[in-house]
Amino acid sequence: MDDTNKLESVLVPLLSIALGLMVGAVMMLAMGYDPIAGYAALFQGIFGNAYNFGETLRAWAPLVFTGMAVAFAFRTGLFNIGVEGQFIIGSLTAAYVGAAWNLPPVLHALVAILAAMVAAGLWASIAGYLKARLQVHEVITTIMLNYIAMYTSNYLIRNYFIGHQENTPPIQPSASLEMPILSQVFDNARIHWGIFLAIVFAVLVYWLLFKTTKGYELRAVGFNPFASEYAGMNVQQNIVWSMAISGALAGVAGSGEVLGVYGYYSIQSGFSGIGFDGIAVALIGNNHPFGILLSALLFGGLSFGATSMQRLEDIPFEIIRVVIALIIFFVAANMFVKWLIGLFRRRKGQVSQQ
Amino acid sequence: MTWTVFLDTVLNNTLVFATPLILAALGGVISERAGVVNIALEGFMIMGAFGAAITAFYLGDEMGLGALGPWFGLIAAFLLGMLFAVPHAVASIHFRADQVVSGVAINFLAAGFSIFMVKILFEGSAQTKTIQNTFTKVQIPGLTDIPIIGKGILMSYPTTYIAVALVIFLYYLLYRTGFGLRLRAIGEHPHAAASVGISVYYYRYIAVLLAGGFAGIGGAGMSTAISNNFSHNTIAGQGFMALAAMIFGKWHPVGAMWAALFFGFANALAANGQVLGLTKYVPAEFLNMLPFVLTILALAGVVGKAVAPAADGRPYVKGQR
Repeated sequence: MDDTNKLESVLVPLLSIALGLMVGAVMMLAMGYDPIAGYAALFQGIFGNAYNFGETLRAWAPLVFTGMAVAFAFRTGLFNIGVEGQFIIGSLTAAYVGAAWNLPPVLHALVAILAAMVAAGLWASIAGYLKARLQVHEVITTIMLNYIAMYTSNYLIRNYFIGHQENTPPIQPSASLEMPILSQVFDNARIHWGIFLAIVFAVLVYWLLFKTTKGYELRAVGFNPFASEYAGMNVQQNIVWSMAISGALAGVAGSGEVLGVYGYYSIQSGFSGIGFDGIAVALIGNNHPFGILLSALLFGGLSFGATSMQRLEDIPFEIIRVVIALIIFFVAANMFVKWLIGLFRRRKGQVSQQ
Repeated sequence: MTWTVFLDTVLNNTLVFATPLILAALGGVISERAGVVNIALEGFMIMGAFGAAITAFYLGDEMGLGALGPWFGLIAAFLLGMLFAVPHAVASIHFRADQVVSGVAINFLAAGFSIFMVKILFEGSAQTKTIQNTFTKVQIPGLTDIPIIGKGILMSYPTTYIAVALVIFLYYLLYRTGFGLRLRAIGEHPHAAASVGISVYYYRYIAVLLAGGFAGIGGAGMSTAISNNFSHNTIAGQGFMALAAMIFGKWHPVGAMWAALFFGFANALAANGQVLGLTKYVPAEFLNMLPFVLTILALAGVVGKAVAPAADGRPYVKGQR
């Protein structure tokens, strides 16, 4: 990768974010709102006080994981739209292990997370297996598996694992990821150990992808399955592994929400959206674990801060969903953004020539 | 419950649930036949449902056009679906974007934009007011009395008839006209098609825009026939079901229709499971997930191999190979 490409890989997402926010501002203007006041409220919603910033960090942690789940699959040539379903399986598993098992503190939480990873990884590997063995496109299977995960989870909770109302029984205190000391610093924001796990996992995923032979193999298969096969790699096995690891990362996101924030899991009437947001996070973060740490902060901030826009300025918070959609769109159509960059460069070039 | 009532109910509900899926799946068929993957069906349906709901509400209820309201709603839905197909088309065709990612973005955009507008138009409420003038089921004197077919099939919403008509139209267009031949050629081998002077861009734009329009009408049926308002729950995944129906139906209009009817049947069983006493034997959740499980099984080859058009999802670059 030469320097221009490296620069573009940073410029494209940044410009996409700017373009998204700009179109959002135009929409606000068109609807008779003050975009400056709107974005000020958004900013206040993210950084305004300790509680808001704490909750932004809370929203950040699961997005890092779902973002990495999507990115890991992407890097290995797969598009995992099933992160939402894997998130559900992870949540349910963590809730079960957290509530039904008896283990000493710390170990209990770790076992619950590990169980969530295994369950969600296995769930995702269904799509991997179908892709590897039967060439069924993973985009469709993972979408279908999202719904199957939701209904399966609802069925299991309703019939075998119901606590109060529509919820599972509460997890044992020994399985909790809550972090009272830090919560107090942030004015009782529901901040938990998950934020440290997110950083640890980002480093782990970086290491696995870019520093190990297995990671190289997985990326090679994604880049060119035929060449990889020729080079003696087991392409089918690697596809299953990619999906499994991707799903396991989504599982951690689910377990964090259950063990760190809510303490139980509920019967769901629809999707949480955290898994789908992972797609955006991965794209803006250039599918790189460290980029994702940043882009997840942006998305956690936007999503949480948007509620302040609605509260303070009466601007429907869906405007931020529109902005996020536009950002993904501009990143996807990056040739358009690159064309803009080129236009700008050429003009600058002409100026300096004169 | 007697058997005839059971059949009437299930058949009629099958058609009701299948109609939006058929329309959106047809959109998927035309788009992917021309080589543009269309995950965005969900977003187009959302925009259609939204556009039809507000048009029917303002023109039909508020301005007094009455029963004409939902018809204007259909037109609005078609246009709004096409409008939201424009960015997907431009990104996929001109800017060689990843078509799946672009589709995902369109889905996000439609979901956010529609509710944003609804909140502005309806004083902060996340759903439109109840529409008084919605589509009602067609009553044909005499024919309705025919056992089973009468109440089960012939007494349906106008959108159902439109859907069936469009299936025939699209089949004719794709397989009996030169236009269709060229469109399909572009989905299979754009460079070969281009080499004999067919404009790949032109056909792909038409296909993607029509896909938006068709899926838009599908969404319209949801908000102006089946339910009588629009909220974030109105579409809730039906675009993805339609996508599955398209694949299940092997990228063929008639196949997609049968697949959509099959999903509609599964949905009808799920929706009436309690009334029909089915939930005594099968949990409601299993009935609900049936269409999704069947799709996976179908794709895994149980119903025979489904092959996508060869150039589906591949951007066309002039002069390349």
